Amino acid sequence: MDIFSFLVQTLNAVQYGLLLFLVASGLTLVFGIMGIINLAHGSFYMAGAYLAFGLTSATGSLVWAIVLGVPLAMLVGAALEALLFVHLYKRDHLEQVLLTYGLILIFEELRSLIVGNDVHGVAMPDFLAGSIPLNDTLSYPVYRLAISAVCVVLAIGLYFLIQRTRLGMMIRAGSHDRDMVQALGINITVIYRVVFALGVAMAALAGMLAAPISSVGPNMGGQVLILSFVVVVIGGIGSVWGALLGALLIGFADTFGKVILPEFAGAMVYLVMAAVLLWRPEGLLKKGA
Amino acid sequence: MLESNLATAAPVARMAADGRHPGTAPVADSDSAVRRPGDASDTPQASADALLAARGLHTYYGSSHILHGVDFTVHKGEALGLMGRNGMGKTTLIRSLMGLVRTASGSVTVRGREMRGAATHAIAKCGIAYVPEGRGIFPNLSVKENLLMAARPGVDGQCEWTFERVMATFPRLAERLTNGGGQLSGGEQQMLTIGRALMTNPDLLILDEATEGLAPLIAREIWRIVREIRLSGIATVIVDKNHAAVSSITDRTMILVKGQVVFDGSSEDFRADPDLVTQHLGV
Repeated sequence: MDIFSFLVQTLNAVQYGLLLFLVASGLTLVFGIMGIINLAHGSFYMAGAYLAFGLTSATGSLVWAIVLGVPLAMLVGAALEALLFVHLYKRDHLEQVLLTYGLILIFEELRSLIVGNDVHGVAMPDFLAGSIPLNDTLSYPVYRLAISAVCVVLAIGLYFLIQRTRLGMMIRAGSHDRDMVQALGINITVIYRVVFALGVAMAALAGMLAAPISSVGPNMGGQVLILSFVVVVIGGIGSVWGALLGALLIGFADTFGKVILPEFAGAMVYLVMAAVLLWRPEGLLKKGA
Repeated sequence: MLESNLATAAPVARMAADGRHPGTAPVADSDSAVRRPGDASDTPQASADALLAARGLHTYYGSSHILHGVDFTVHKGEALGLMGRNGMGKTTLIRSLMGLVRTASGSVTVRGREMRGAATHAIAKCGIAYVPEGRGIFPNLSVKENLLMAARPGVDGQCEWTFERVMATFPRLAERLTNGGGQLSGGEQQMLTIGRALMTNPDLLILDEATEGLAPLIAREIWRIVREIRLSGIATVIVDKNHAAVSSITDRTMILVKGQVVFDGSSEDFRADPDLVTQHLGV
């Protein structure tokens, strides 16, 4: 592998990892703070991709689709939390898994009813459609760099929100002691709703960003869900920065696995997970970090 | 201002004591339990300046009956000592008042407004700050964050307790602002929870076992701070094993035995009657 193809693969790995982080951070936040295992989280990614398809067709641009789609995803997330997830906080994991697995089936059926089972493509915005030439034969698509840039900005924003704002302090405090937060006069229900809606919006945004570079089709949520859980477990359940590390690790493992050991590509991610868990059974970072 | 509160609170307290001496049949409790919440303001105990009050409060943990019709009142600016041996229901009473455990029947009023069954944050927003047993600090937040996350103006918009004032009251915390909450010593953690409670500019501060497990010197420092808070006009409910210390800084004393109030009178009367200690509090 020469330096340029190594660079291309590295950029791919980072972009893939960052996108995965966008999905996994919501999953780990919801689990770490609210104690909920949300199997339907991958469905939000899928819904985001279909939203990108539908809204791009309607408005003519992915940018508009994102501008409209992200607030919509937040509203749907808040509504789902208020109607369904709010009943799960005091229940055990089995009931959480039952409800959220049921939601996967409902979302897949709805998708099938509304848009059918065909595979779709979404056009990337014209101004990001170009690529940057690296040498005579290799070039790198601007759109993928743009995905990475958006994800980095969001990761920094998330860091700022959680570490530097009062809302973030309340969120972190709530992950430790829900009753105590309430006893300080803070309405934890509202905080949970915000966190959940944020998680849904990030997963949907990841789906929208991914739509132009991966086909939009049935069961795209399942694959992402499994990888997100791998990321969350590697990173340390509940840790957002663990999720970032885990996501990048998985991005590199998957991308370079496919290049170096193509015959083991499918197993590479799980080998990395097993290795990390043997080394640190609780994940890379602890909860709340 | 404190004197005037004492003057109104004391006769009321004595009336309560008359009805609640050891040997009083619990019939009176079940009677008050069926009283409609709206009537609470008519009873002598819930005088106009009652900040937090409960009537005929019953609480269960599963099938075990913990509170047997407790009547409880704390007035504006008043300091109340809540005493009783271990397992007599002191913490359950406080958690019931705060809405942290479900109560079976009775009423809880804040400034005359019925709050039983309300969310804990709504009760706290009425100006009640709770420092729980075991302190309840957030170890994953820094000392500064523990304080800032709780900051808000009081019910009447008062902002007397600012970050700066808490720093001045607890100079030890000022030196440890960037430390994680979990890295503090027991005494510092206690100061942090009290400081955090003050950041909400409360009208009532409830301290559950604030000096438990602390070295005598640190405990004395905590008592000094409690006295200072009390002088600033904030009402306090103090649960502590050290009944001598508590009764010396409170206006009124209440003793719980097996989930029932067996004494509710002035702390002066409590100190004058050493039998109360041997009978209800001694080991």
